[in-house]
Amino acid sequence: MEVVREGEWRKPLPEPDPVSAPFWAAAAEGRLLFQRCPGCGHCQFYPRAACTACGADPEWAEAAGLGVVHTFTIVRQFGAPPFKEELPYVVAMIELEEGVRMMGNVTGCDVADVSIGMPVEAYAVWAAEGIGVPCWRPAPVRP
Amino acid sequence: MLPRDPVIVGVGLSDYPKAPHLSAVQHHAQAMQRALADSGVLKSAIDGYVSAGGMAAGDDPVTMAEYLGIRHRYIDGTMVGGSSFEFHVQHAAAAIREGLCDTVLMTYGSDYLSRMGRNLGTGGFGRGGRAVPGPMQYEAPYGNSLVGAYAMVAQRHMHEFGTTSQQLAEIAVGVREYAGLNPNALYRDPIGVEDVLASRMVADPLHKLDCCVVSDGGGALILTTAERARDLRRTPVPVLGAAGGMTHWNISQMPDFTTSAGAVCVPEAFARAGLTPRDVDTLQFYDSFSITVLVLLEDAGFCKKGEGGAFVAEGHLRRGGRLPLNTDGGGLSSCHPGMRGIFLLCEAVRQLRGEAGPAQVPDCEVALAIGSGGWLSAIGAVLLGRGAS
Repeated sequence: MEVVREGEWRKPLPEPDPVSAPFWAAAAEGRLLFQRCPGCGHCQFYPRAACTACGADPEWAEAAGLGVVHTFTIVRQFGAPPFKEELPYVVAMIELEEGVRMMGNVTGCDVADVSIGMPVEAYAVWAAEGIGVPCWRPAPVRP
Repeated sequence: MLPRDPVIVGVGLSDYPKAPHLSAVQHHAQAMQRALADSGVLKSAIDGYVSAGGMAAGDDPVTMAEYLGIRHRYIDGTMVGGSSFEFHVQHAAAAIREGLCDTVLMTYGSDYLSRMGRNLGTGGFGRGGRAVPGPMQYEAPYGNSLVGAYAMVAQRHMHEFGTTSQQLAEIAVGVREYAGLNPNALYRDPIGVEDVLASRMVADPLHKLDCCVVSDGGGALILTTAERARDLRRTPVPVLGAAGGMTHWNISQMPDFTTSAGAVCVPEAFARAGLTPRDVDTLQFYDSFSITVLVLLEDAGFCKKGEGGAFVAEGHLRRGGRLPLNTDGGGLSSCHPGMRGIFLLCEAVRQLRGEAGPAQVPDCEVALAIGSGGWLSAIGAVLLGRGAS
């Protein structure tokens, strides 16, 4: 996925821990990761120290960065900066082709044009050293 | 009833909806005093304590037990958000039955409105420029609000089942009618569906009037054995069945955005009580948002999944309907100090004792309280009955 730099990151910053650090670092380099269990094949997100299905050690897998909007909202009221200055904006649950869901903003189109089932592609916003924040925008029409 | 069957023998509410003269801890204390007075139970007889904390410094269960001077043989500090109190009833009822203790005090208190204002639902916790640990690190960068989380549920419900904003609004309108009968309710003026739809959109598709109020308030409740209740002044309210469950905590982990853990735990509560939805006379449901009620109604089995909108539009939840909802004015119009679960229980008791005045549900014999904690995450169901006086 494309990595974009939008200037100083003013939103809440993920605090990488031993499990999450590889996810944020990969996103900063343009790769979107999720976890797959080598034991039972279960795919999961967010990343954890154990498979939520069978309890085994999960492994990292790379997603294609394509998905559809599973559900969303248009946030029109938010009390704290910097979100307050960006209203209205879309927060969505994206269902990835690989089957896991991630929360993210959908940008690059009018908020009124976002709908459930809409195809989207991932990009990452560079937030800090070792931290890229995945976001989503309408996917180009595929042949 | 068997001698150790658990019954509720006293309830109390602290000053609400605005009480700038009380701290959160004072709400606990005042509600306890009122529940003791209501029940006639001596404070020295309390040997179990249940509380959730989470609203202010020093309101955690062990500190509160010390502050209130409770010499407990049994303590439960289960904290699953606003439904903690329904879980507490399940646990306390089992403890009483098992003989771990005889008389349990439950308290809750919050000064949220006076201390923090109305920011709970719309980003009070979302300020930028800070590092976010734990699972919230995968959500906080995107600026979702508490309202937005429930809005995602409503959006998906509308998509899958054709539920409309008009149908959701009907829930807020019915609850407001009851608020008009409660002199303490925060908002009492009647509203119609058009008023809900015309109110400002907070997070699509939820309007301002689809959202609960923010208030101050507290509650307390005393449970004991059926045997001990015989010596007390109030008609005991038996705990007929209780169950709880959880599908997720953070909203991004909700496995099915239109179904809560209520789909499993409410039938469990009915089975324990030997009852079905047809036996219920009033619903005291956690109405953090209109959509919360709709999802719980379906999950509890009052209608099929997806048919909640049409069911609500038929007016069953209104005053005079067959399932009057939130007869105190609910969280939508009366009182929501952050975690509302205890108020559901106190109002159910008021109905079952026949003390609800103009809001009284006729021949009220069974009440169903369902709490929702987190983001439709932890659901707790309690069936209460009308005891013999």
